[in-house]
Amino acid sequence: MTATAHKGKLAQMRQRWSDMPKQVRWAGLAALVAFFYILPNRWFYEYLGFPIGSEYFAFYTTRSDFAAVLFDTAVFVLLAVGLNVVVGFTGLLDLGYFGFYAVGAYTVALLTSPASRLDLTWPWLAAVPVAIVVTMISGVILGTPTLRLRGDYLAIVTLGFAEMIRLYAARNDGLLQGQRGIPEVQHPPGPMVDGRPLFGVVDSKPYYWLILTVIIVIIFAMRNLERSRVGRAWVAIREDEDAAEIMGVPTFKYKLWAFAIGAAVGGLTGAIFAGKQTFINSDSFLLESSILVLAAVILGGAGGIKGAIIGGALTWYLPEWFRGFGQIIGLDFDTAEYRILIFGLIIIVMMIFRPQGLVPNRRRAAEFADRRKEAVPQETVPSE
Amino acid sequence: MNFAEFFGNFPALTITGLEQGAIYALVALGYTLVYGVLRLINFAHSEVFMVGTFTALWTWEALGYNQNTAAPAFGAMLVAVLVGLGAAMAASALTAVTVEVVAYRPLRKRNAPPLAFLITAIGASFVIAEAFGVGTHRAPFGMPVMIPSETLFTVFGAAVTNIQLLVLGVTLVMMAALDQFVNRSRLGRGIRAVAQDADTAALMGVNKNRVIMLVFVLGGLMAGVAALLWSVRYGYTKFNVGFLIGLKAFSAAVLGGIGNLRGALLGGLLLGIAENYAAGLFGGDWKDFTGFVLLVVLLMFRPTGLLGESLGRARA
Repeated sequence: MTATAHKGKLAQMRQRWSDMPKQVRWAGLAALVAFFYILPNRWFYEYLGFPIGSEYFAFYTTRSDFAAVLFDTAVFVLLAVGLNVVVGFTGLLDLGYFGFYAVGAYTVALLTSPASRLDLTWPWLAAVPVAIVVTMISGVILGTPTLRLRGDYLAIVTLGFAEMIRLYAARNDGLLQGQRGIPEVQHPPGPMVDGRPLFGVVDSKPYYWLILTVIIVIIFAMRNLERSRVGRAWVAIREDEDAAEIMGVPTFKYKLWAFAIGAAVGGLTGAIFAGKQTFINSDSFLLESSILVLAAVILGGAGGIKGAIIGGALTWYLPEWFRGFGQIIGLDFDTAEYRILIFGLIIIVMMIFRPQGLVPNRRRAAEFADRRKEAVPQETVPSE
Repeated sequence: MNFAEFFGNFPALTITGLEQGAIYALVALGYTLVYGVLRLINFAHSEVFMVGTFTALWTWEALGYNQNTAAPAFGAMLVAVLVGLGAAMAASALTAVTVEVVAYRPLRKRNAPPLAFLITAIGASFVIAEAFGVGTHRAPFGMPVMIPSETLFTVFGAAVTNIQLLVLGVTLVMMAALDQFVNRSRLGRGIRAVAQDADTAALMGVNKNRVIMLVFVLGGLMAGVAALLWSVRYGYTKFNVGFLIGLKAFSAAVLGGIGNLRGALLGGLLLGIAENYAAGLFGGDWKDFTGFVLLVVLLMFRPTGLLGESLGRARA
């Protein structure tokens, strides 16, 4: 094991954590989850003694509604967890992941909004499974011709797919109503104690809690999937597709599964997003977001769920937080303008110096290290 | 479907298609060359093209032309266009080589998996595009009119302009020159050798890194020519102008058989024509879909393209 050869402080801490009794670890996890649930509440910060006003920049993002930022971050985390199945577990490059997100969101919008051209007013809850199925089918349609081929074709076809979805959505006379978009998408159901609807327009907190719950469920599912026969097949495909095929793994079938499952998570995320936003148009799904999700997975460390979560949280939350923080320290810096540029640079640098990501999956890190050791010595170029 | 429009404009659609296809073909050459040698989709190539268009624009502005100046006289025009061509080719080639040296070469040294290359390529593409986007405030730029369009003759009722003739002519000349270079020259033999079997070629004394560099230079030069033709023909540019062109050029390269130089020309022209026919049949909105649909259908039925994949002839 090359990865454990040089144990850093982080690795030591991880070791100590995994040596603790199971009860302690469960309690720790539960505390962490509880912390995420109370994070958007204002009283939490007042309780901790942060001054209320524009100055409390500990977690809070001062320039935008904190609960909304948390919701967006959670959307990103869920997308990263979904994309991680494709990029991290199976090692396929899907550049059009946002396309599936858009398909999910538009499916929900078309089915639930009275203003859509289909003119159906399904409840949100009924539309979500349909959205998931539709995205899975679109993933299979896209994957069947491309997954049989070399992996790099997949990258360009998925990139084209996302762009085509956007181009189609931008058509004003099309089903998706272009820039005018589809308004009046229905909210998730559920009354509060006093009878008002739980999921309203103003308060983002219930949506954040909803998506947080979904994330937890998906993470459990993913962890089990990762350890199952399917997960082992994915890792085998990532490490060496030909060898896996020879060993009897039906690679095409499992690649298609990975693609479909990844797409389904993307569609589910889109469905939740549409339910909160109540209005989506063609500008909601820009290509650069696809790249941001990819950056999130790479940054965190492809191949591990933890890495995807941390990467997703960092790519969305950090720029938002910095917008407020920069203002406080007197630096007016529009992070949205530079976001893609910075993350693009990070991707390039990471791929060279730390391809395993910030929170590496141990197995994936070992793969990279092994490959590096196997590197054939380059012929020397006199001019260098 | 609008058959009346389609058949009525059939010759005009064909000519426009050939013209646009020629530009796709020139850009496609860059994808094909790099793919043939490195087996890598160089996503950053679309940005190499974009850099070329901006260089042409800035060169002309430096020479004192802008959107409002009248088209220059023939002699001055020739000088301006040639200087612009040189600058665009140089800038594009430089961009391509920079990406190679900064992003891809360190990965090759570390024997990184193919996925890492692809991700880096995407990152490089976005860094270049966004750097220009930030620097130019994401505004579209109009270019000075260098060659005023005039109809030279008509074919079956369709007018053929001097620009269309220029675009097609230059493309064919560049294509022939590149083809001869790769097939006849000593350096070209090196490219073919590395494409066929990099390790054996290295054992035979071919300097692999130099060949790879050369491939990026050649691709960049072709993209520079395409960028100048684009500037003369369409007269505008924007930081993301490369994206759609790149996607289509890549589709063209796959259509003709990626790794195959002649295939890139054939694929480019076919794609250009198909796009314009689709626009005539279904309406202009559907034009951009054609390349993508064609790509997916082709991958389903003939993944090696029309002419097959070969830069070094026989490949396993």
